[in-house]
Amino acid sequence: MKNIILCGIGGQGTVLASKLIASAAMSKGIPVMSAETIGMAQRGGNVFSNLRMGEGIHSPMIPKGQADIIIGFEPGETVRMVDYLKSGGTIVTNRRAIMPTTATLSGFHYDGDEMIDYLKRLDVNLIVVDGDEALKELGSSKVLNIVLLGAAIRSGVLGLSEEDVIKSMESLVKPQFMELNKKAIYYI
Amino acid sequence: MHEEFMMGNQAIAMGAIAAGVNLVAGYPGTPSSEVLETVAKNRPDGCYVEWSVNEKSAMEVAAGAAYTGARALVTMKQVGLNVASDPLMSLEYIGVKGGMVVLVADDPGPISSQTEQDTRTFAMYSKLPCFDPTSVAEAYQMIIDAFDYSEKYNTPVFLRPTTRVCHAYQSISIKDESEYYVNSIEGFVKDSKRWVIFPKLSNLNHRLIEERNDTLSTVFSKYELNTIDNADSSNSRAIAASGICYSYVCDVLEEIEGEKPAVLKVATPFPFPYDLSGDFLVNHSDVLCFEELDPVIERALNYQCGQEGINCNVRGKFTNDSIRSGEYNIDLVRDRIYDYLGIERYETTRADKPELPVRPPVLCAGCPHRASFYAVKQAMKGSKTIYCGDIGCYTLGNAMPLDMVDTCLCMGAGLGIAQGVNHIEPDTKCFAFVGDSTFFASAITGVVNAVYNQADMTLIVLDNSTTAMTGHQPHPGTGRTMMGDVVNKISIEAVLKGIGVETVREVDPLDYELAVKTVKEVADEPGVKAIIFKSPCIAIVKPNEPYNICSGECISCKKCINEIGCPAIYLDNGKVTIDESLCTGCGLCSKLCPVKAIRRAGEGS
Ligand SMILES: Cc1ncc(C[n+]2csc(CCOP(=O)(O)OP(=O)(O)O)c2C)c(N)n1
Ligand code: SF4
Ligand code: SF4
Repeated sequence: MKNIILCGIGGQGTVLASKLIASAAMSKGIPVMSAETIGMAQRGGNVFSNLRMGEGIHSPMIPKGQADIIIGFEPGETVRMVDYLKSGGTIVTNRRAIMPTTATLSGFHYDGDEMIDYLKRLDVNLIVVDGDEALKELGSSKVLNIVLLGAAIRSGVLGLSEEDVIKSMESLVKPQFMELNKKAIYYI
Repeated sequence: MHEEFMMGNQAIAMGAIAAGVNLVAGYPGTPSSEVLETVAKNRPDGCYVEWSVNEKSAMEVAAGAAYTGARALVTMKQVGLNVASDPLMSLEYIGVKGGMVVLVADDPGPISSQTEQDTRTFAMYSKLPCFDPTSVAEAYQMIIDAFDYSEKYNTPVFLRPTTRVCHAYQSISIKDESEYYVNSIEGFVKDSKRWVIFPKLSNLNHRLIEERNDTLSTVFSKYELNTIDNADSSNSRAIAASGICYSYVCDVLEEIEGEKPAVLKVATPFPFPYDLSGDFLVNHSDVLCFEELDPVIERALNYQCGQEGINCNVRGKFTNDSIRSGEYNIDLVRDRIYDYLGIERYETTRADKPELPVRPPVLCAGCPHRASFYAVKQAMKGSKTIYCGDIGCYTLGNAMPLDMVDTCLCMGAGLGIAQGVNHIEPDTKCFAFVGDSTFFASAITGVVNAVYNQADMTLIVLDNSTTAMTGHQPHPGTGRTMMGDVVNKISIEAVLKGIGVETVREVDPLDYELAVKTVKEVADEPGVKAIIFKSPCIAIVKPNEPYNICSGECISCKKCINEIGCPAIYLDNGKVTIDESLCTGCGLCSKLCPVKAIRRAGEGS
């Protein structure tokens, strides 16, 4: 059984990344269940996807302490989900923090580096991705999800290869974006 | 049969298609909307699909179809059922000829809704059978079964999934096209004794309904999805569950070692399968119930214990063994089961987490609603006002710094509330904000009421050419139907004029100066007057070129952040910056920059 959490902010593309993993796993004959945040939170609120692969699973929701990997699109959102990660689990997180407008207005102190420092102190395998750098080099602001997915694949936890995911892209990604997405998945 | 990975709502739609559905009508609402959209996308020949103007219309359209012998599906979210309850409560007495399934998606939490109402309770109140799936796979099977039961017993039946079933994905077995049921439609047969409701007919049918429900209770005790797991467990403590909670219970029981307790799964909360539950209760000393929203199972089991003198301690919400409101989750269910079975809980939280900012949903960068709210706010500065909001993306106009929603109740209510306040406080400038989809769904009668009763108020229609909040569905003002036709757009302006609103002004809210000027002029007129702010939702049009902040010129007054709260503008190490990947180039921020430092690349100062 494998439990995967993707988390971030509505609009960052967590849903497509989760669909790609699910479809790649299924084409290998692995049963998959998943759950998505759909609704109000998609307008810039915090969102997550739960993905569960393997036999003997009844609900799509991952219990606390049982995720094998968290793929976080924003460091604070990654921290929000750490209770779900099992001890010794893997975290792939984007470095760039996004300050909620409400926090900017209220003067709430929020610092992405502090989030990363906290994650470093945990009993986990931490992979920090400089998403900004990657997107600049790739020349597109739309492929953060694929860059992070590539890093997660490289961690070995998903049990999937880049080729597996590229194959599932063919039905889920528009043809004109295939080249860019392929580059993004191999970026890290 | 073949395997497919699909969302719960897609499974329900594909199940309806496999059951030979002939007509689907609904009104969007999270978490139900994908059902109708999926049927439309996979629409078989001879199947008619529409987004109706609201749930009441959808219910009536579906009823008409079912009167002819067609199989009909009507879809909505839980609060939609309140709107559709008038036709449904009467339809209960008339019944149907073709199968009719009323799909109502409940939303424990609530996650994207105004209320935590429970459609299972509504089923009891309306005396209509109800099916409650625990998973995507079960939802697929249940809608097919629901059509059969509906047709067999000539009654509409409910299918009520909750958010975690609607929006879960699972690989499930679904039927091939060759296995689809094909419904032959007899057509409407005139018979006023059957189709025309009168007190006498209702009296007669009420008796039959009660008898039918007694029969169904017995029939449902044998329904294959009402089950008892681990029935021969020697543990005297047992569990009863429904919906997604049942799946949580199963996951938790997978974890525990040794003998597992018996579990009663209730797939038909109404009519309750008392024969099955009676057998279950007599064999146990305690039953712990897991169900979200109302204690429907718990109440039924308690009732049965009292009625039949069964000595079993039924526990749940009434006994504070479960939470009484809000969404359940697997961790909560695990902790309660561990306590109940005397297993030691284990710690799952990590200590010393840094404090995290809350991240409430906000209007998108470039959302035209932001410009509309800001224009009204600026125009009315210094006046005594009330801003009655309504339901849609524009409810998010309540957030700081806009702070432009003083009330919000249910779809269309803002108009009535503005009138009520106006009659008591004539010196308050009363505004009602309503979205275009909401206008057609439930605001028109409010305008008629205001005009007829001589209210003094300003109606602001936020026309973004779509039903944005629920996923951008078309509506009567868009001129597109779910059958793929392009039809005449219904003009909001013409509707208002037709009602007798004399001042109706249409303005682009992104034309900031004109927008402010228009509000000032219109708000000063007496009686009912309207402004239509027309500008499309950013999700349905291509973005314009983004704006930049010339750092040399920016004086860091932060007016752009403090006044409009566009999420594309942020502080980067104290420097005001625009995130170009988010900015849609609406230009609103550039209008308020006192030193004109916000410009498009290439635009001079
Ligand atoms: C009775 C009822 N039906 C459906 C819904 C779900 N719902 C929430 S907002 C909305 C419509 C929003 O569309 P619109 O008024 O055009 O505003 P927009 O989101 O586009 O700003 C709907 C249908 C609801 N809350 N209540
Ligand atoms: S132009 Fe200004 S207000 Fe409009 S989307 Fe861009 S940053 Fe936001
Ligand atoms: S989806 Fe459209 S209407 Fe809703 S907040 Fe975004 S821009 Fe505004």
